[in-house]
Amino acid sequence: MQGKSWYKYLLSLPPMAYLLIFFAAPTLIMLFASFRYAGEYGGLAPWYLHENGRLTLDLTLENWQRLLGTDIYLRLFLKSIGYAVVTTLICMLMGYPLALMIARSGRKSRDLLLLLVILPFWSNFLVRIYAWMIIFSPVGALTRMLNGVLDLFGAGPITLMFSPTAMLVCLVYVHLPFMVLPLYANLEKHDLDLLDAAQDLGAGKWRQFWLITWPLSLSGVIAGSILVFIPVLGMFAIPDLLGGIDGIMIGNVIKQQFMESRDWPFGSVLSMVLTVTAVAVVLLGSRLGQRR
Amino acid sequence: MQRRNVLLWISAALVYLFLYLPLVIVVVFSFNDSRLNAEWVGFTWKWYGKLFHNREMLAAAMNSLIIASVSAAVATVLGTLAGIAMHQSRLRLLQVLVLAPIAMPEILMGVSLLVLFIMVNMTLGLLSIMLAHITFCIGFVALAVQARISSMDPCLVEAARDLGASTWCCFREITLPLLMPGILAGGLMAFTLSIDDFVITFFTAGVGSSTLPLQIYSMVKIAVTPEVNAVSTLLMLLTLVVITVASRLSPAVVQGE
Repeated sequence: MQGKSWYKYLLSLPPMAYLLIFFAAPTLIMLFASFRYAGEYGGLAPWYLHENGRLTLDLTLENWQRLLGTDIYLRLFLKSIGYAVVTTLICMLMGYPLALMIARSGRKSRDLLLLLVILPFWSNFLVRIYAWMIIFSPVGALTRMLNGVLDLFGAGPITLMFSPTAMLVCLVYVHLPFMVLPLYANLEKHDLDLLDAAQDLGAGKWRQFWLITWPLSLSGVIAGSILVFIPVLGMFAIPDLLGGIDGIMIGNVIKQQFMESRDWPFGSVLSMVLTVTAVAVVLLGSRLGQRR
Repeated sequence: MQRRNVLLWISAALVYLFLYLPLVIVVVFSFNDSRLNAEWVGFTWKWYGKLFHNREMLAAAMNSLIIASVSAAVATVLGTLAGIAMHQSRLRLLQVLVLAPIAMPEILMGVSLLVLFIMVNMTLGLLSIMLAHITFCIGFVALAVQARISSMDPCLVEAARDLGASTWCCFREITLPLLMPGILAGGLMAFTLSIDDFVITFFTAGVGSSTLPLQIYSMVKIAVTPEVNAVSTLLMLLTLVVITVASRLSPAVVQGE
């Protein structure tokens, strides 16, 4: 099949055309929309005007000025990044031992153990959020039990639902497999003879881990972290259903601009900032990963 | 080679518990004879019965199946082409276009497609949802196919070429049959991704084109009811079956490498 380069391009043409229209173009349109005025009844206003028979552009920097004019949005972004960082760290703390255990178990059980991580990951996203709504519900066993214990110590009742804690638990729950899978793929490839050699030279388990396993696994850690960090950064459903008022993230405000207040230009501004942040994180991660 | 470390095993077991307990609760309470998802009262099928008499739910299920079938079919064709092309040439643009939709937060694809569809005056409905679902499914199919090709022995194609087979004949008789498990697994994955998608559907659906996840969302927004448990259980069962078949066909695909 070599030598016929036109044939390769022919193959790539249909998917490329599709993705240019439905992925690349919409992204550029959104960048353009961030400089337009909002329509009177929502949506976008026309981007040109007829004046004295001449076309003039009707674009503005207002939307971007609105972003920079106050620190509300900066703080919102920082808060979202904060949630993403904390979720990533917790996923790493929980996912690392699991991935290590799977990678070090026997060949036969390995596939089954891995499948058990993948299955919940393939169950519906909303169902997984809903499960935590049941667990954290005020009438649920967990809340009643906690309040029973708190009552013994004379403390007032608490609610779990609509709290940052509830949100974090659910964020970790939904994204944990994204951390485990790349970590496992990395850990599974390690040459265990290295650990045996270290053992023979008198290194304890702990030293073996920090001097051999951990440094070798860094590219897996980075890959997993990116896969967790980015979807959490753009999340709106979990804060929407579990977070309450304090839990609002950047995704919720974007959703609000497009669906409720229908200020599309400003929604586009926020989306562009999110896009740039996500791209920067991916590039930074792959740069760090390559250096390993 | 086995290094048994009790601490490691205990922590792993706890993580498994964390992964499964919530889902088990959803399933168990779908059979519970009480409106509250709080205490076990008694066994019942009635929430499933209610589900099958709920017109909106049935319409949403129908929509979901239509959208997932069409999107998966189209995405499988386009994704297979992309996967083969990605293997054969290192086209940078193609790789970026295929991988970027997977790497970006879903909400961005949702809102940007909404802007596109409105700009071209398209009525939001089944078609707009399908066009959106195809966009994010292509990449997953392409990766599945690409993984399969790289595990293929290039000698087979070369041998066929040496024996005088044309490019097309070679593709049809050798490459395609060998790729089939990867293509099918990719297609099944696209089907579940489509049927499960909430975020992108949320932005690209119009009036009267509700899907199962959208239906679940609007129900849980109001209250936690056992009917949601029942529909969730059925949806999980469907995904479980499809993914099990896909992983039999091509284990590497489902692991989402």
